[in-house]
Order: sequence, then structure tokens, then C-alpha cells
Amino acid sequence: MIGLIAKRFLQLLLLLVGISFLVFMSMHLAPGDPATIIGGPTATESDLSAIREELGLNKPVLIQYFEYVGGVLQGDLGYSFQNNQGVAEAIATRFPQTLNLAIGSMIVAVIIGVPAGIISAIKQNSWFDFSSTTIALAGISIPNFWLGAMLILVFSVQLQWLPVGGLSAPFWTIEGIKQLILPAITLGTASAAMIARMSRSAMLEVIRADYIRTARAKGVHNNTVIWIHALRNAMIPVITVIGLNFGFLLGGTIITEQVFAINGVGRLMIDAIAARDFPVVQGTVLLVATLFVVVNLVVDIVYAFVDPRISYE
Amino acid sequence: MEQLLQVNDLITSFRTTGGKLPAVRGVSFSVNEGETLCIVGESGCGKSITTLSVIGLLPNNGEISEGSIKFQGEELTTKKEKELRKLRGNDISMIFQEPMTALNPVFTIGYQLMEPLKTHRRMSNKEMRSKSIDLLKQVGIPDPEKKLKQFPHELSGGMRQRVLIAIALACNPSLLIADEPTTALDVTIQAQILDLIDDLKTDLGMGVVMVTHDMGVVAEVADRVMVMYAGNVVETGTVDEIFSSPKHPYTKGLLASVPNVDDTDHKLEAIPGSLPNLNETIHGCRFHPRCPFAMEKCVEKDPPQFKVSQQQYSKCWLQEEGISSEPKDRAYS
Repeated sequence: MIGLIAKRFLQLLLLLVGISFLVFMSMHLAPGDPATIIGGPTATESDLSAIREELGLNKPVLIQYFEYVGGVLQGDLGYSFQNNQGVAEAIATRFPQTLNLAIGSMIVAVIIGVPAGIISAIKQNSWFDFSSTTIALAGISIPNFWLGAMLILVFSVQLQWLPVGGLSAPFWTIEGIKQLILPAITLGTASAAMIARMSRSAMLEVIRADYIRTARAKGVHNNTVIWIHALRNAMIPVITVIGLNFGFLLGGTIITEQVFAINGVGRLMIDAIAARDFPVVQGTVLLVATLFVVVNLVVDIVYAFVDPRISYE
Repeated sequence: MEQLLQVNDLITSFRTTGGKLPAVRGVSFSVNEGETLCIVGESGCGKSITTLSVIGLLPNNGEISEGSIKFQGEELTTKKEKELRKLRGNDISMIFQEPMTALNPVFTIGYQLMEPLKTHRRMSNKEMRSKSIDLLKQVGIPDPEKKLKQFPHELSGGMRQRVLIAIALACNPSLLIADEPTTALDVTIQAQILDLIDDLKTDLGMGVVMVTHDMGVVAEVADRVMVMYAGNVVETGTVDEIFSSPKHPYTKGLLASVPNVDDTDHKLEAIPGSLPNLNETIHGCRFHPRCPFAMEKCVEKDPPQFKVSQQQYSKCWLQEEGISSEPKDRAYS
């Protein structure tokens, strides 16, 4: 187990080097100069070169990259070009909202996806199965921004049940939960659909297994057969999908944050890209990549608990 | 000996897109206490479906369309699922073909072994544990305390089949149905498992229904034999009768296709053709297209069961008085 974790962190390190290089280069190769954005339309050429000098942008790109990596290795993610705030600090203030949204969406996705998939499988070819697979297809196909806008239109504007946006209240308060519901549904729907489809197919396979027949031959109640014997086996592939989706959710909050005016990491990243704020873009991308790897590591560890055949010794 | 199971004119069919197809076409048999009945036949002849009908575990699209199944005098075909559940694993137990996949991979042996006890008996955890250890000992599993905590993948195929037998025996069933319990095991383990089932039958006075396509297994364990072909019972008799004087051409064919190590000149015969499809309409006897003795009458009319002796019956026109002399030239050697 410890070997697995060590190996994963080594892989993570290599991954981060690769990602940071790609992001760094694409930011520098893309048109748009941070100095002109910071200096504004009235800045003279000498103002601009002074800004470039101050931010270190006049050095060769590779030197800039190595200086950046050197800083990161010492725990320094650099400073934002825009407001001189530390990148780490900027992320730290925004991350809780993103995490809140991602976890909320994941809860929505699991609560809807797993039971829907399992009931579909047990009642294969019933009206429930047909409608749930159809809704799942729709759920995967509907774009986030449209779903978000529609939910706001219906539940916030028309019915006025829930706030239009923001996610500033803590999630343990009523206000916090109210703020979370619409964005969590918006972001979680596609994942719910994917989880439902995976749960359905995994369950369909498992309920035909020999050991399910053995359980029935023991005279065990049907509910026990399904929710104990079958579910635990069916959950093994579903956990992979849940893990992958959680990784995507953490990195995929951008659109939802934009629609619901949530000050999370996604918006921080979008704003930074628009302002050519290189250090902030770098920092947020590295964060998302790290989270993705960590989530997958956690999934692998959870496997060993669910499936006794898997051992990392 | 008390009669344990009495099946009469059982018809089991499957709903398919092509309509309702009968897999079992009017099967009747009985099993007494302490007796082993072997159901023999090719794959797909309806032998497994017959046993699954008895225990009520037919696949979703399968159903008993006609006939009666009486277990200890009680009719099973009219019982509700809830009542059948009380019998399953308790009075009637079943072991299946594939020990490698018949145990749930994510639960311990102990959990799976205690489950029938938990379901059918009121026992404390401590009692269940000691009963489980006894059961594992009974089926010859070494180090039972340790095995309770292990998972199926940590055991060999033979050990897993023993565990499955222990699970089946947990509540002292009066009837044990074994569907090809040794097919997936190698020969030495096969013999051990068969001996085990035989010993347990004698010790516990169970009735055993053993499904197999292996005539060697039949010779070893059967008291009585029932030969099935394409959903019908074609011959029944005691094990001696079936082996020494088989009457139905299909039974003869089955016996002729078994290698004989004592007789080096023995020519291995195969039954020509293959089992008809479920939806194939065959006029008259369903075996006649493959039968070397087929007569006009066989095409015209399905034969009834002819009584050969006290216990032996054969569903073949050759047994009808007058034409019982067999055409020797076309007989199996």
C-alpha cells in the first residue's frame, strides 16, 4: 500500500513537470502580452518594458520556466500579475467554494445515479428502465450552461425558491445548502447519468452471476440478494467511474461557476487566462492535475477495501 | 423408504421472441429418502431445467406451464415465492456446476456458510460459528477456523466445491440436488467429491438428485437412473438395469460412447446427428431422426412409456409387444 502511494507520487511529480511545461509554453506562445493588459491602453513603450522588466517577462522563455519550476519546488507558486496577491493565497481563498461545489455535485450524482442504475437493471426493459436510460442519455447530452440557465430561470426567477447565484454561505447553513442545490444539480447531472449507465450495466452482469443463483438457492430474501450480494460486486466498476467523475468535477467547475457567479478556482482560472496572468493559470492547472491524481489514488485504495481479491502488498 | 419427491408430467417452457418454447416436455419421476437418482443426458436435453423447476430457480423467462411437483406430499408449483424461499437451502438444497464462480468473491467463506443458518435457523453468532466449523469438518476441509475468515479466491476449486456442499448441507436438507457437481473438477478431486456426497447421503438419509452427462459418475453413485433426451424421459431404471440391459436406443448409444479401458478392441461409437432445437417440430418420437432402429411407426406417433420390469421403463416402440426383437445388424456394437 505504501509502495503504491510512493509510486503514485513519483508519477505525479513527472506529470506535473510535463503539465507545467505545456501550460507555460502555450501561455507564452499564445497571442496577448500581460504587460499591455496591466499597463492599459495609455501605456507607452517604456512603461511596457518597465512592466516586463518588473515581472521578469523580458528574460528568455526557458529561463523563465526554470525560474518558475525552481520556485514551485521551494513551495512558491509566484505572485499574480494583476494584484500582486500570492498565487497560493488566491487559490486557498477560492478552493473551498470549488470543493464545496464538486462534493455537492458528486453527492447529487451518486444519490441519483447509483439507485437509478440498479433499479433499471433489476427491472430491465420495464418503463422505469426505459425512462431512466432515456433521461441518462439526455443528462449526458445537455450542456451545463444551458441546464444551469434553465434551472435559474425556473427555480430562481419564476418560482423564486432558490438564490440566483453565489456560494458564499457556509455549506452547513440552510442558506449555504440553498445556494448549492442548483449549481450541484447543474454540474452533477452528467455524472449522475454516467454513473447510472455504469451501475446498470455492472448490475446486469452481476445478477446473472453464478453466485447470485447460489444465494437464491440458500433461500435468502430477494432484497438481500440484490442489495448485499449483487450490489457490492456491481460497485467495483462503479467506484472507478465515481472517482474519474470526481476528478472531472473538480476540474470542470469552470462553466458552472461562471453561470452561478461562484468565486471558485474555475473562475480564478478563466479570469487569469483572460488577463494573461501566467502564474495564476499555472497554479490553478497544477492544482487540478494534482487533485485528479490524488482522487485516482484514493479510488485505488478504496478498491482494496471493496474487493478482497485486490491487494497492493 | 418414504417417497420424498414426486414429479408428474412437468412441462417447463421459456418465453422467447419466437414464442413459448418447451424445454421440458412432460417429465415424471420420483425420489425416495436415502436414494440417489441420476438424471443423464446430453447438454441441452432439459436435465438442469428439470431440477431448477423443482427448486423454483428458473431463469426469469422460464416458467412451469403444466404438471405437479410434490415434495414431502406438498405441492410446490402452487406455492408462493415466500413459501418456496423457506424450503430452499432448508429442506431442498442445491449445488451447482461451477465451484469457481458459485461463491460470492467479496464475502468470506464464513459469511456465506452462515447465511442459510441465519436465514432459516434462530441461532446465536456463537452457535452459527461452531456449526459452520462442524460443517467444514464434515466435508473434509482442513483448518476450518482459518477458512471461515478466508475469501473464495484463496481456495482451490475442489475446496470451493466442498464449501458449496457445506452450505447446501447447513440446514440438514432432506433433498439435495447436485447439478454436475464434478464437471469442473479434475478426476481425483471428482472421485473425492462424489464419495463425499455418497457418504453424506448415507449418514444424513438425504435423497439426492444428481444431474450429469458422465456415465462414469452414474455408475459410481446412482441407485436409479433417468435418461433424458430433448426434454423427454426416454428410459428409467435401476443402475444395474440401465448398464446391463439398456432398452432405449439412446441409452445404448450413450453407453456405447463411453470408452472401455478393459476392452482394448472396444470401438467408441458416437450417436450420429445432434440434439434438436427447442423450436424444432419433430413428428412422432423426438429421437427418431438419430435412431438407428427407427421404424415407420416412430415417425407417426410418439411412443408412451413401456414397462420393461418392476422399475425399468422405456419410451420406445421397440418395447411394444411383437416388435421387441431388435434388428441386430443396425445395433450398436
